[in-house]
Amino acid sequence: MYTEKVMDHFENPRNVGEIENPDGVGQVGNPTCGDIMKIYLKVKDNVIEDVKFKTFGCGAAIATSSMVTEMVKGKSLDEALKISNKMVAEALGGLPPKKMHCSNLAADALQAAIQDYMDKQEKK
Amino acid sequence: MRRVYFDHSATTPVRPDVADEMCAFLKENFGNPTSLHYFGRQARKEVEAAREKVAAAIGATPNEIVFTSGGTESDNMAIHGVAMINKNKGNHIITSAVEHHAVINTVKALGKEGFTVTILPVDKYGMVSVDDVAAAITDKTILITIMHANNEVGTIMPIKEIGSLARSKGITMHTDAVQSFGKIPFSVEELGVDLLTISGHKIYGPKGVGALYIRKGTRWKQSLFHGGAQERLRRAGTENVPGIVGLGKAAELAIRDLQSEAEHLKALRDRLIHEVTTKIDYVKLTGHPTMRLPNHASFTFEFIEGESMLLSLDLKGVAASSGSACTSGSLEPSHVLLAMGIPHEIAHGSIRITLGRDNTMEDIDYFLEIMPPIVNRLRAMSPLDQETEFAINGSCDACKAHGSCKM
Repeated sequence: MYTEKVMDHFENPRNVGEIENPDGVGQVGNPTCGDIMKIYLKVKDNVIEDVKFKTFGCGAAIATSSMVTEMVKGKSLDEALKISNKMVAEALGGLPPKKMHCSNLAADALQAAIQDYMDKQEKK
Repeated sequence: MRRVYFDHSATTPVRPDVADEMCAFLKENFGNPTSLHYFGRQARKEVEAAREKVAAAIGATPNEIVFTSGGTESDNMAIHGVAMINKNKGNHIITSAVEHHAVINTVKALGKEGFTVTILPVDKYGMVSVDDVAAAITDKTILITIMHANNEVGTIMPIKEIGSLARSKGITMHTDAVQSFGKIPFSVEELGVDLLTISGHKIYGPKGVGALYIRKGTRWKQSLFHGGAQERLRRAGTENVPGIVGLGKAAELAIRDLQSEAEHLKALRDRLIHEVTTKIDYVKLTGHPTMRLPNHASFTFEFIEGESMLLSLDLKGVAASSGSACTSGSLEPSHVLLAMGIPHEIAHGSIRITLGRDNTMEDIDYFLEIMPPIVNRLRAMSPLDQETEFAINGSCDACKAHGSCKM
């Protein structure tokens, strides 16, 4: 039911963990729903220097979280802002239809983290 | 890779003796039991022999057994057939919140056709209370349908008490015994039920065959299938002869081996439950601690989600199941766990281990070896812990924004 790429990211997720003193944090979902994704960013000169994630959820939730971190590491904020949930699913070779919604929120978590970073910059 | 099958409540392998008996009816003994000629007579003989075996296995007479395509058809046929013929008597049906979908959705469908439905709650162990049943009965009640044992949490219901209550009030009683048949001893007399559902593939028989017991004199009439006069007008359609022969053999063997199997399974189950609940933190057994099926262990693991546990187990060769939303095919976790008062966030982390006759203590050891690292890995990845689990609240907004959350 899952592609090999999804299973690879589920089995060997990239960039799991937290960042101490992150520049931005984004979280979407809630435990009632069955999915929570939390993304931490370290930003330098408008480039995502480091990114980590923590996820509660099914295989697709974990794989999309891992994939989105891989897609944005080293990218500029402008490039990262263009990443959508659909692009993450495509990069994984697709997801089962019923997983396209609730479990495919990793890009939303990323965008929330970038927003958090920008909000903090404004306040400075 | 080592492969361990721990999903016997979903389905079981066909026993070799059963498969052997069935083979002849796919090849040389292919006749239609309705036919008058030699080929038909040979098939008829074996269908009736299977009927005797199934009847003997539940303490019924052969005339009271109707062969069907499985548990779902038996449940539909039982409930619909009682409802339709008793319309002039009343329109009230009582069931429970933890029934299999074959029962609950059939009852709900009747609810849209003018019947009044009472769906009884269950306690934290998933058990229906006899007092609740008694309190729900009205002078319009025509049917009580409550399962014998629950498929998701293994709890055994007080059917004997509910059956005698139904009988004392003159109400027809049906029970879905798909999970209990062949695992715990019972007879239809002892349970005091009028209709009872069994299925072939849960007892090491073939898929696509089941039976409905209909007590002689029960006000029931076939109301779903129109067609020929097979099964004495109770189920139209050419008999599934290989399936019926397989069900007969599987039922015979299940009853013959029931006691020794139950002892074997209980030993495995008790060790599994004890070790999992002592070795791993934040784990709870779901279902009743003692009034449960001998092969059934079900748990909730906090802070992690069921499907990711199942995938991790599958990568290690272990087949289990879960009541999490991701595995139920909908976005809601199991209706059984929710009815037991388990919060959504905990229900998402459910795992069911259902043991079978081929499982060994080595299989349990293997599971106990691989499960703690799986739990640890997923928990290390999870943003939840005992402090945050209930602190993160929300109304599923993200899902709702995508228009697919049923909450």
